[in-house]
Amino acid sequence: MLIRKYPSVLIFLAVLAIFTLVVTIMSQAYGTGAIPTSTVKLFGKTLCLALAALAMDLVWGYAGILSLGHMAFFALGGYMIGMWLMYARTEEIVTATLANAPIPATPDEVQQGIAGQIFGVVGSTDLPLTWTFAGDLKIQLLLVLLVPGLFAFLFGWLAFRSRVNGVYLSILTQAMTLALALWLFQNDSGFRGNNGLSGLQNIPGLTDVPQSTISIWFLWASALALGLAYILASWLVSGKFGSVIRAIRDDEARVRFLGYSVEGYKLFIFTLTAMICAIAGALYYPQAGIINPAELAPIASIYLAVWVAIGGRGRLYGAVIGAIFVSLLSSWFTGGKAPDGNLGFYTINWVDWWQVLLGVAFVLVTLFAPRGLSSIIDAVAGLRHPMRRGKDLGPDLGALREKEAEA
Amino acid sequence: MRRLLFCLLLLIAAPAWAQDLQSVLDANRDQIEKPSRQTIGPVIAEIAASGEGAVAFLEAWGDRRVGVTDDGRFAIIDGDAAADAVTGAAVAGDVKALKPNSGVRGLIAAALVPAQLADPDTARRRAALDALGRDATAEHLPALRASLDDPDPGLAARKTRLERLLTVRFDPDPAARVAAIESFAGDTGADVQAALNPLLSTTRIAATELPADANIARNLGVGSDLTREEAYRLLVDAELARPRLSDAEQKSALSANISDGQVGNIPVANLDSPDARDRAYRALAAAGTVRPAASADDVDAALESHVFADIYDEPSAEVTDAARGTLNGLVFRERAQQSVDITLDALSLASIYFLAAIGLAITFGVMGVINMAHGEFIMMGAYTGYVVQGFIANKTVSLIVALPAAFIVTALAGIVLYRLVIRHLAKRPLETLLATFGVSIALQQLAKNIFGTQARPLTAPDWLGGSVGFGEIISISTIRVAIFVLALLFLCLFLYITKRTRMGLNMRAVTQNPGMAASMGINPDRVAMLTFGLGSGIAGIAGVAIGLFAKVTSELGSDYIVQSFMTVVVGGVGNIWGTLAGAAMIGGLQKGIEVLNPANTLAAQTWMILFIIIFIQFRPRGIFPTRGRFVEG
Amino acid sequence: MTGLKSIMAGSALGLLLAGSAWAQDDTIKIGVLHSLSGTMAISETTLKDTVLMMVEQQNAKGGVLGKQIEAVVVDPASDWPLFAEKARELISDQGVDAIFGCWTSVSRKSVLPVIEELNGLLFYPVQYEGEESSKNVIYTGAAPNQQAIPAVDYMRDELGVEKWALLGTDYVYPRTTNTILEAYLKDNGTTQDDIFVNYTPFGHSDWSKIVADVVALGKDGKKVGVVSTINGDANVGFYKELAAAGVSADDIPVMAFSVGEEELSGLDTANLVGHLAAWNYFESADTPENAAFIEEWHKFTGDDKRVTNDPMEATMIGFNAWVAAVEKAGSTDTDAVLDAIVGVEVPNLTGTMATVLPNHHLTKPVLIGEIRDDGQFDIVSETDPVPGDAWTDFLPESAVLDADWPGKECGMFNTDTNSCVQLQSNY
Repeated sequence: MLIRKYPSVLIFLAVLAIFTLVVTIMSQAYGTGAIPTSTVKLFGKTLCLALAALAMDLVWGYAGILSLGHMAFFALGGYMIGMWLMYARTEEIVTATLANAPIPATPDEVQQGIAGQIFGVVGSTDLPLTWTFAGDLKIQLLLVLLVPGLFAFLFGWLAFRSRVNGVYLSILTQAMTLALALWLFQNDSGFRGNNGLSGLQNIPGLTDVPQSTISIWFLWASALALGLAYILASWLVSGKFGSVIRAIRDDEARVRFLGYSVEGYKLFIFTLTAMICAIAGALYYPQAGIINPAELAPIASIYLAVWVAIGGRGRLYGAVIGAIFVSLLSSWFTGGKAPDGNLGFYTINWVDWWQVLLGVAFVLVTLFAPRGLSSIIDAVAGLRHPMRRGKDLGPDLGALREKEAEA
Repeated sequence: MRRLLFCLLLLIAAPAWAQDLQSVLDANRDQIEKPSRQTIGPVIAEIAASGEGAVAFLEAWGDRRVGVTDDGRFAIIDGDAAADAVTGAAVAGDVKALKPNSGVRGLIAAALVPAQLADPDTARRRAALDALGRDATAEHLPALRASLDDPDPGLAARKTRLERLLTVRFDPDPAARVAAIESFAGDTGADVQAALNPLLSTTRIAATELPADANIARNLGVGSDLTREEAYRLLVDAELARPRLSDAEQKSALSANISDGQVGNIPVANLDSPDARDRAYRALAAAGTVRPAASADDVDAALESHVFADIYDEPSAEVTDAARGTLNGLVFRERAQQSVDITLDALSLASIYFLAAIGLAITFGVMGVINMAHGEFIMMGAYTGYVVQGFIANKTVSLIVALPAAFIVTALAGIVLYRLVIRHLAKRPLETLLATFGVSIALQQLAKNIFGTQARPLTAPDWLGGSVGFGEIISISTIRVAIFVLALLFLCLFLYITKRTRMGLNMRAVTQNPGMAASMGINPDRVAMLTFGLGSGIAGIAGVAIGLFAKVTSELGSDYIVQSFMTVVVGGVGNIWGTLAGAAMIGGLQKGIEVLNPANTLAAQTWMILFIIIFIQFRPRGIFPTRGRFVEG
Repeated sequence: MTGLKSIMAGSALGLLLAGSAWAQDDTIKIGVLHSLSGTMAISETTLKDTVLMMVEQQNAKGGVLGKQIEAVVVDPASDWPLFAEKARELISDQGVDAIFGCWTSVSRKSVLPVIEELNGLLFYPVQYEGEESSKNVIYTGAAPNQQAIPAVDYMRDELGVEKWALLGTDYVYPRTTNTILEAYLKDNGTTQDDIFVNYTPFGHSDWSKIVADVVALGKDGKKVGVVSTINGDANVGFYKELAAAGVSADDIPVMAFSVGEEELSGLDTANLVGHLAAWNYFESADTPENAAFIEEWHKFTGDDKRVTNDPMEATMIGFNAWVAAVEKAGSTDTDAVLDAIVGVEVPNLTGTMATVLPNHHLTKPVLIGEIRDDGQFDIVSETDPVPGDAWTDFLPESAVLDADWPGKECGMFNTDTNSCVQLQSNY
């Protein structure tokens, strides 16, 4: 049913599967070695970013809530899994050391040792309360979903209940991520301040498995998560729920007057996307190796919006394309690999000019191609935006509604 | 008369073995070339006592004008020329200047005090008083008293005050000290407190009984004034009691006594709980292998049989009473002054936020668009100020040029942005937000490419340096006062424009109902464009102001943008009074939280933002909600 | 101006890449891992240029082991996860034998696991908070006992400071340094009441309250000194506010650990004159080696206004130590070089020698400078070279730790229990 309505889902999944297989075959661990491990990690991380962009597209492109704070949930997910990774690895080291001591260690001493090693760098030796469950993978995995989910729920409930929307909501979400970043920045809050959590690529218990193998596992996990989330998102937006959230995007007041609980819908989509972001983050940071509060600076969330906008919002594949395209392009340009542009009188060094290019491109996309890169795919698929001539969606053009909502 | 006095003073200070300058310098060559504050004291005293040329040498040395010639003689450098420090003969060739550190320079200045106090040159007398304020010793008191009669009334007053301060610190007669202390009643000066507070310093002691002649500040009760642990630690430190056993000591004692895989008959493998370790240790102690740890009963007995007290380091009870009395009298006054000072700080911060946000508020109010590039307009203004200062050396003139220049540059930039981008996105506020964000990252990187990432100087003219103060505690830097005035000025200007001009009337009309305004013959597009120019222009002026008191970098705008947004949102959109209230609230909150937690400014910012997020929940439309087309958002 | 610099950097990079095509086999590759864009670019670009200059000089002398050295420059763009990614790329894709790079502690912590996993070699050239010693890192910047502790001693002994304001930007280096300083001061009889600590965010600009707090410290008649680990641009506002409050360096001296020639260049130094900084090198050091280095630098950059600074000296020492170790080992293999490098002595620029110690730190003299109005420093104190201490002696948990790579093959050795706490760093 879903696939009949959205054949793009199948195409997307096929492309994703082929991509993952090809990378695996060309990897150092399971194949020819044509793709170095660092590139495999880059691909894996990019898939995670695409997953976050997918969530952003749901909340912004479909529900019309321009959240400038979704990277906060992404980073929170990373922090939650990072706590376990750090704790468990340190526990291995500490137990091994204490086993050499003449007197066996008390559980308290083991914990002291772990806390000393993790927090020694920020001048503390006590394990903060927030790390109570850090030793337990199951609970910590649950927290990956629960903490950002609960956080988003509370924030959303407060904000939507008092009818904060539009640009106000954007600013408020931005303030939220800034406050969270500033809080994590403080050493006293127990997340190692600016140093953040590091060494996350070393998975406890898998010390003997080389990174080339682990990177492939994470690539598969990221691809799987992206695929599943894509199916979930397609299913969500294809049904009645999808119609309602699109209606909220287009005219919130009318939906409310029709008797729908607008706040409930918004809250649901806000919390759900926060959790998807958190999963993406939990898969991203073990590949990146380090997470620190700079990751949830307001600018990161704005970039998320930029990816979705450039890819094309209101299109699930648009968000994915945007995230992959812009982030890969960005790493190509800033990596110093792009050839210098020679204008005769001035040589453009892309390391310096990439940001300018991105900014200008972004303005142009917003002005002239609101559907972003996905308008190329739309053109191929023959989807065309009905000419509304600036008018609102409404009963007077009722015949177009189904098509319009899709386009 | 002065000269006579001067010689007299030198004689007082001169030891019996006074030598001439040449031999003193020769004898202490190494010390003088590489002086250390800890050891140079006697050398300086010797030089000061060496008569002819000593004062000139010390003054030059303190000013870093003494050098060593190639053949090892000391010379006084004067511009490009140099003269021998002893003979005064001109020295040719290379002179390597000596670099005494500021601690040594302080000692030199202190040594010069007796000579300079009565010097005919006012500047020198002032320098002497400055030095006295920093490093006074008991010897200075008679010299100061001898020179109290100063022709300059300002210096005379300072001398009298310093004399009383030194009396408090150094006079041997308690009665004179008490009189001096009491004369300061009601004076909140930092120097007074600096003189009085040391008199009240205490030492905490533990003893079997208190010494009879002690000047006791207060007796301490165990359990009430200090905890049992603290009290016992005092006893241990005073070697009146045995220390309790720490976990680490217990562990090392246990591991030192492992025999046959057992400690005190408990297998080593079982020692993984504190309980088992205690049992093992007791077994060892019972066997006499380790010393028994102090038990809870021992602690009780020890605490019972000793007394604890804080004792004044100052022996005279009269003096400490007087000092305490005077200081207590200051407390209320000081608190009041501190609150005023904090309020001024908050006002100053608020005026900065107000200046940064007012442009944003105007554009948001009239067009309902958020301009994310607003911060970059602020930055642009600051860089304009920097560039203008590069062309015009005179700081005052360059500031006068920079303010309108910054206005024009950013206003033009704003108009261009409006024409090219914003008017095409008129009905889509979220997209405007994003498009202007694109402009913002491009502008920021452009600034980096042009000016570099390093902070650029934007220097205020001298008349804006320094600070304005009332009393010792309340003080605010002049530049902040200027920014406050500037903010007020723009508030008035804005009120004038909106209430008294045609343009303002149009603006208000467009804000309230653009459709109706258009049918009345107002061109909303044109009004919006001019408004946008005005708002951006004010951002430019804010940039110059911020650059003057902080720094000019490409990230200057983004530092203020979130606060500006919050100012606008908290205040209520499109209402100048709302912006004012928002700025006051954010500035006040920030300072208020800083007072509660002075060690962590970051925490203050975090809590401030959190508070605002919660505030918005209860007043989603801000303190002054708008009426007009944005009522239903 | 930066634009120009990076254009030069870019073209240098282009030349190097072009050169690699035909010189693949008979070159030795080293990696340069410094941010060329983003917030750290201003500081790190200088170090990249320094490495390129050293490579050029060494190649002119005939290279090392008879081969030319080739520098591979990458840009981690001030993005911490990107540091790890680029380090992996350098070692496993480019096959570099040593990496010169990193500035902030976060970037080092990000790179550490990769370097240790792939057995690479990193030369880290910036003063840092200590509490670390990795097998694969040579720390050529100052540990706290080579900067912070002597600086505080100087303030206490030479300036008579009795009351301390420890002001810092809120990140790890100031936090750890201040923790160590607090412990050190308390060991030396300073009470908690006489220590005021404050942390501000990056780029903080509203200093009025904090300056007022610091001035108020002087109320009990003790001389107040400020130890500043305030980072970067925030310093500008701080010194401005201090001057506006009428506080001179004679009243309240400020000792800065993060303000050097590079930071002062292009600033209005009027407000800073007389305040202090502690480093292991100042451009104003009066030695022939330094004069030659500065001349080379001006020639290499084609700009005789470019200043030199402490991390540049550390980079230079690190590079020379690496060359000496490679020559000694006769190979560029990481383990051989690591074996050879301990004990290597290379001259520094202030007239003494830097020795690579078993804990992978260096011996360094500690210099204290007073800021002059031309943005340079008057050196008012210089110690003999001090051996760097990886684990500080002033925190009880660290005092028992020792690092000795050739001797104990351990970077975190507990001398109490005589056991190696960990072989790989726990980041």
